[in-house]
Amino acid sequence: MDAFMTEVVAKYNYWIYVILMMIGFYAMIGKRNLVKKLLGLNIFQTAIILLFISAGVKRGGGIPIVDKHAALEHGVHAAQTVNPLPHVLMLTAIVVSVSVTGVALAVLLRIWREYGTLEEDEILEKLSQ
Amino acid sequence: MKKLALLATIVTGALLIYGVQDFAPWGDPDAPASRHLSPHYIEKAVEETHVPNLVTAVLGDYRGYDTMFETVVIFCAGMAVVSVLRRPKS
Amino acid sequence: MMDQRTESCDIIIRMTVRIMMPFIQLFGLYVIVHGHYSPGGGFQGGVILGAAYIMLSIAFGLKDSTRYLSEKANAVMGSIGPMIFVGVAIVCALVGGLFLDYSALDKIIPLGPIEWRSMGIFLVEVGVGLAVMNIMLSLYWDLASNGEMEEGL
Repeated sequence: MDAFMTEVVAKYNYWIYVILMMIGFYAMIGKRNLVKKLLGLNIFQTAIILLFISAGVKRGGGIPIVDKHAALEHGVHAAQTVNPLPHVLMLTAIVVSVSVTGVALAVLLRIWREYGTLEEDEILEKLSQ
Repeated sequence: MKKLALLATIVTGALLIYGVQDFAPWGDPDAPASRHLSPHYIEKAVEETHVPNLVTAVLGDYRGYDTMFETVVIFCAGMAVVSVLRRPKS
Repeated sequence: MMDQRTESCDIIIRMTVRIMMPFIQLFGLYVIVHGHYSPGGGFQGGVILGAAYIMLSIAFGLKDSTRYLSEKANAVMGSIGPMIFVGVAIVCALVGGLFLDYSALDKIIPLGPIEWRSMGIFLVEVGVGLAVMNIMLSLYWDLASNGEMEEGL
């Protein structure tokens, strides 16, 4: 029981991201409305971003902005600063997710213009006519 | 159909939670993610680029190629939206 | 000239936007140029600058807001952004360094190779900021007006 509790305390954040990812994944494959699918995609991306950010956390580490003169004189110790690499990767991932959302909304607007609906089965019905 | 989707979601979630066992604990300074490349960035970035914000240093210099094509990605997204939606006044 | 009913908002909102606008843009520029020393950089500052123009087009109506930044100018500025980035990278290669190795720019203006790596990041961030600002604005314009640029939200 004690070992299980240590495991929970050490890794509960990953479990939260898995649950968030499950919500997004279900919205992507289970819903019939295309806008809901897009919202699911965004929730999924949020889960991935949170996972990466929390992979870079170091207990007791400060923000990845250091004092220039102190760093040039004494150097920086790697344990004092959180890992900047996931932050960089996720900064670009956020911008890509905005681009994906924009393009997806544009395509949805075009589908709306063409078919007058965003429900998947109604679009399929109109396509098969 | 919805039951199938729910089943697939739960199976994926269970597999991921099973995989989480091998992750390093949260905030562990010796996690594999913080041991390989990032100590070099943290310790050498200020010396090599004179930029105190390590995120900017890695974004603009060490991983400039990544950022460059990322700018191209947003540019392509903007062009795609304009070419899909824009229409002249009727 | 201005269709009061559909196009523009209340006078209080318009006045507030008019006053806020330069401060928001100044803050966006600050975030871009101060990205070396504080949280910030091209992406964040570009989004703030884009949000300022989006606010303008919500408050004044989409058609009137294009008087301040026309569609053509927006497209040109959005293309200049990536060109600055790629241009800096190519100039680095042309003067004898590697692609995107900013320290090679020392041969054009002698500032010292390490200072040039810092300056090169700044140039690149300006390009990223321009691109992000104009692409965000054109995403909003086309999505809000359904591609017609007649009236926004």
